[in-house]
Amino acid sequence: MEQFFQQLLNGLAVGGIYALVALGYTMVYGVLKLINFAHGDLFTIGAYLGLTLLISCNIAGMLPPAAAVLAVFVMVGCLVAILGVILERAAYRPLRDAGRLSAVVSALGASIFFQNAIMLIYGARYYVYPDFLRPNFTVHLLGVAVPGVRLLVIGTSVGLMLLLWAFIHRTRIGAAVRAVAIDPDAARLMGINVDAVISLVFLVGPALGGVAGLMVGIYYGQVDFTMGWMYGLKAFTAAILGGIGNIPGAMLGGMLLGLLESLSAAYVAMAWKDAIAFLVLILILIARPTGILGERTAEKL
Amino acid sequence: MALLTLSGIRVRYGSVEVLHGIDMHVEEGEIVTILGANGAGKSTTLLAVSGLVRPFEGDIRLDGESLLRLKPHQVVGLGVSQSPEGRRVFGSLSVLENLDLGAFLVKDGPKRSKTLEWIFSLFPRLAERKGQLAGTLSGGEQQMLAIGRALMAQPRLLLLDEPSLGLAPLLVRSIFETIRTINASGVTVLLVEQNASAALKLATRGYVLEVGNMVMEAPAKDLLADPAIREAYLGG
Ligand SMILES: Nc1ncnc2c1ncn2[C@@H]1O[C@H](COP(=O)(O)OP(=O)(O)OP(=O)(O)O)[C@@H](O)[C@H]1O
Ligand SMILES: [Mg+2]
Repeated sequence: MEQFFQQLLNGLAVGGIYALVALGYTMVYGVLKLINFAHGDLFTIGAYLGLTLLISCNIAGMLPPAAAVLAVFVMVGCLVAILGVILERAAYRPLRDAGRLSAVVSALGASIFFQNAIMLIYGARYYVYPDFLRPNFTVHLLGVAVPGVRLLVIGTSVGLMLLLWAFIHRTRIGAAVRAVAIDPDAARLMGINVDAVISLVFLVGPALGGVAGLMVGIYYGQVDFTMGWMYGLKAFTAAILGGIGNIPGAMLGGMLLGLLESLSAAYVAMAWKDAIAFLVLILILIARPTGILGERTAEKL
Repeated sequence: MALLTLSGIRVRYGSVEVLHGIDMHVEEGEIVTILGANGAGKSTTLLAVSGLVRPFEGDIRLDGESLLRLKPHQVVGLGVSQSPEGRRVFGSLSVLENLDLGAFLVKDGPKRSKTLEWIFSLFPRLAERKGQLAGTLSGGEQQMLAIGRALMAQPRLLLLDEPSLGLAPLLVRSIFETIRTINASGVTVLLVEQNASAALKLATRGYVLEVGNMVMEAPAKDLLADPAIREAYLGG
C-alpha cells in the first residue's frame, strides 16, 4: 500500500512534467496546426538555464532558499518564453504562407539548431544538478513519508495548469486564443490580432516547457543535452493521447502517461514501463482516434 | 466624401483573377446591396474591404484613408465589421463568449454591456441562449449570433454576407426588419444577398456584379423595376 501510494505520487510528479511540456505542443498545434519539433529543446534549455543561474550566477548564494527557488523558476520561465517568441518570428512566421511541409522542415531545423547550440555551449556530457535547492524535508501523508521535492513538483505543475486553465477559459484574451484555434479568419473579423495571439502562445508554451525542464533537473538531479528528445516524445505522446489541440486533454494525457509509467515500472518491470505506456496509448487511440478529449476535428483548445 | 470607396480593385486567388477592377462607394447612412450570381465575386469584395484578401491593384478607402496597408483587426478598429458568409460562429464557445469577442477592441466594459443589451433586444432568442455553446444553436440562431457579434464592435459600417442564407421565410423577414432597425440606429450597411428582391426593398442603392465586373449601379427602386434585373435576379 505504501509503495502504491509512493508510485502514485511519483506518477503525478512525472505526469505533471509531461503535461506542462505537452501543453506547449498542443497550444501551438491549436493555433497554427503545426507540431513545434523544437519544443523539446526549449525544455532542455530550461534545464540548462536553471543550471547556469544556480551555479554560474550563484542565485542561491544571494537569496534565501525559498526566494532563490522562486527566482530561478521565474527567470527560467521568462528566458525560455523569449526564446520561444524569437523561434516563432525567425523560423515559423516567414513560412506561414509557404505550406505545412516547409514549416515542418523549419521546425526540425530549429530543433537541430538548439540541440547543437546546447552541446556547443555546455558540452556533450551530463551535468549533476546542484542539490542545495532540492527541498530536503519530508511530509507525512496518510502515514507515508513523502519527499518534499515530489510535492513541490506536483504542486508547481498543478498550480501552473490551473492558472493556464483560468487564463484560457476565464479571460477575454483566453477566449481570443480559443477563437484563433477554431477559425483564424473569423477571429480577425472580430478585431483580434492573430499574430499577437500566436506570439502569446509561443510565450506561454515555452515558458511552461522551460519550467518543466528545470523541474526535471531538480527532481532527478541530473541533466544532459538529449533529455529534450525523450521528454519531448513523451509529452507529444501525452498531447496526442489527450487529443492534440485540446488544453485539458494535454493535462489529462500527461498525468495519465506519468501514472502509467510509474505504476508499470513498479508492478511489472522497470524495463517494460515505456512499452506498457505506449501499448496503452495505442489501445486508447484505437478506441478514440482523436484522443481522449479530442473533438472530431481536434481543433478545440 | 463617401464613407467607403473602392476604386479599380483587382483581386486574384493564385493565378485566377476574380475581380477585374471594381468601382463602388457607400455613403454614410445608406444600405447598399450587391447583387450577383454565384461566383460573381461578392464575398471576395467584402473580404477585400475587411483586409482578408489583398487587391493587387486599386484602392479601398474609408473616409478617404486607404485601408490596404492595414491588417484585418485594424480595419475593425476603424469601425468596419463583418458578418461573414456561412456565419463562422465559434462553435465551442458560448453565445456570450462569441458576442464578447465581437467587442474585442471595445475596452470600455459598461459600453460593451450596453451594446449587449441592445443586441439582446434585437435578438431576444440570443438572450435566452446566452450560456449555450454556439455550435449547438440552430442555423437561424447562429445567423442572429453572427450579426449580433459583428454589431458588438459598434461599427459605423456593417458588412453582411448573405444573412438570410438557409433561413425559413418568416425568419428572413425578421432578419431584414432587424437590418432596417440597425440602419435606423445610425449604422451604414453593405449587404450581399441571394434574396435580391428583399435586399432591394431594403436598400437605398444597388450594384450588379457579373463575373468580377461591376456592370450596373442604380437606386434600388430602379433596379427593382428594371426588366433585365427582374429576369436575371428576381425570378422574372
Ligand atoms: N479561397 C479561394 N481560392 C480560390 N478561388 C476562390 C477562393 N474564394 C473564392 N474563389 C473563387 O472566386 C470567385 C468569386 O468567389 P466569391 O466567393 O467572391 O463569389 P460570390 O459572389 O460570393 O458567390 P456566392 O454567391 O456563391 O457566395 C469564384 O469563382 C470562386 O470560385
Ligand atoms: Mg459569397
